[in-house]
Amino acid sequence: MAQPSYEIKTDQMILNFGPQHPATHGTLRIVLELDGEVVKKAEPHIGYLHSGFEKLGEYKTYNQWITLSDRMNYLSSLANNIGFAEAVEQLIGIEIPERAKYIRTILAELTRISDHMVWVGTHALDIGAFTAFLYAFEAREHLYNLFEHVCGARLTTSYTRIGGLMRDVPEDFEDMVKWFLGYFPNTLKELHGLLTRNRIWMDRTRGVGYLSKEDAINCGVTGPVLRGSGVAYDVRKNFPYLIYDRLDFEIPVCDDGDVYSRYLVRMEELVQSMRIVEQALKDLPDGPVNYFDHKYTLPEKEKVYDTIEGLIHHFKNIMPGHGFNVPEGDIYVATEAPNGELGFYIVSDGTNKAYRLRVRPPSFVNYSCFDKMVRGNLVADVVAVLGSLNIIAGELDR
Amino acid sequence: MDFETLKKRISEKFPSVEFEEFRNQLSARINKADLLDFMKFLKEDKDLHFDYLTDVTGVDYLKMEREPRFDVVYHLYSFKNNVRLRVKCGVPEDDLDVPSLTPLWGAANWLEREAFEMFGFNFVGHPDLRRLLLPDVFDGFPLRKDYPLRGRGERDVILDLK
Repeated sequence: MAQPSYEIKTDQMILNFGPQHPATHGTLRIVLELDGEVVKKAEPHIGYLHSGFEKLGEYKTYNQWITLSDRMNYLSSLANNIGFAEAVEQLIGIEIPERAKYIRTILAELTRISDHMVWVGTHALDIGAFTAFLYAFEAREHLYNLFEHVCGARLTTSYTRIGGLMRDVPEDFEDMVKWFLGYFPNTLKELHGLLTRNRIWMDRTRGVGYLSKEDAINCGVTGPVLRGSGVAYDVRKNFPYLIYDRLDFEIPVCDDGDVYSRYLVRMEELVQSMRIVEQALKDLPDGPVNYFDHKYTLPEKEKVYDTIEGLIHHFKNIMPGHGFNVPEGDIYVATEAPNGELGFYIVSDGTNKAYRLRVRPPSFVNYSCFDKMVRGNLVADVVAVLGSLNIIAGELDR
Repeated sequence: MDFETLKKRISEKFPSVEFEEFRNQLSARINKADLLDFMKFLKEDKDLHFDYLTDVTGVDYLKMEREPRFDVVYHLYSFKNNVRLRVKCGVPEDDLDVPSLTPLWGAANWLEREAFEMFGFNFVGHPDLRRLLLPDVFDGFPLRKDYPLRGRGERDVILDLK
């Protein structure tokens, strides 16, 4: 007897994911159209943390805006500080001293490690692996202690200034970094042991959230998402800034284009970041950390107290309505933040404030092809894909 | 590919393009009517191959007293030549229509939506031109220069405080 075929017709279901959901890491909302458990369409609604940083950039002087750059991607604030300072320095046309370049490079890479640690911890936690979170956050804690030692703050660092740094690093900075470099490979080993060949982890991440090479280029994604789709593009290699052209490091690329390949790319980036820090620390030169012309940077305290020029420069830099003017023109400068290409497009009209300050945030562009990645996947995979993009809502909405 | 070859290659096809170099970066200015053709040419030309749209944004030149009032600014990148190009297109205040680049690049989708809500450009041909970061009922274009920093009270209307 032939089996009668039953076709159960079900309506499409609309599921509201967020704005306050533990897996969204910030405030973002996705409206999912589901057919059973399969995602038919995902429509992200963003803007809950929109704070008008670009508009504020037209009203704050360049040095004042550095504090706002912390608040964009608050997990990698040092990378934002460095990116913005680089952009303004190139617009003015000044070159910072060697020591400042080295310190910036070291801190940018340490920030990459700390950002990736938060990513791997929370990403694994979202998918259900709790243990990795503890190892990752222990490493992050050591790094945040280091950042606190360097600039007095853990998250909102505001460490760079236009033309240099807030201050030189403390005396035991090198020892602390060396200690961390000795400590971190073990954490990495533990994480690899917990996740990389873990059967559950692979089942949850392989083949999920697929993004082809062509789509990745077409959608303009950057950073580990782009490299996870097989495109070897990294601003550090393609447009070297700071001292990256003198260093020996690789750009990890993985061709599969799924969540697992983004995971592998990020894990390998940690190794490369350690290599960079090691090399930069070995050659770390002595000398000043601020640009010699105190029209742009604060003079040393001895000069302020002892010389009239120092005093004038100090007040010119500090007083509202003064400060340095930036030549008229526009510039686009990109740096490789942990999430991808962080670009600043600055239009200057020759005053001490930007005429237009545009931030090209990596999260924003990466997130815009979210629909493409989750379509056809199961609803439980939405969390996995979201975790692999490492969306930070503060940067997404600015 | 250096800037001279790049300029020559573009000028052959689009003689009206004006170039500007500042701080070792190249900008090309194109008029609005040719924008879509120009972008298509840049993307599909075998030598240039600008296949990557990095950024779309706008600038309001109201306070610099320039005509036309707005610029739409595109940043392109070519994987093949490892070179960036900035394309600017003037938009007058009384005609805010700009051809959308969504047929060429998926990346243009959200970036154009953001430029629309911040400056009010009407991207013709965009499949889904809605506000992205701001609430749907928001009135006004915040990144224009005549929009005050503290807003015009839209927040009170949205939260129903008035």
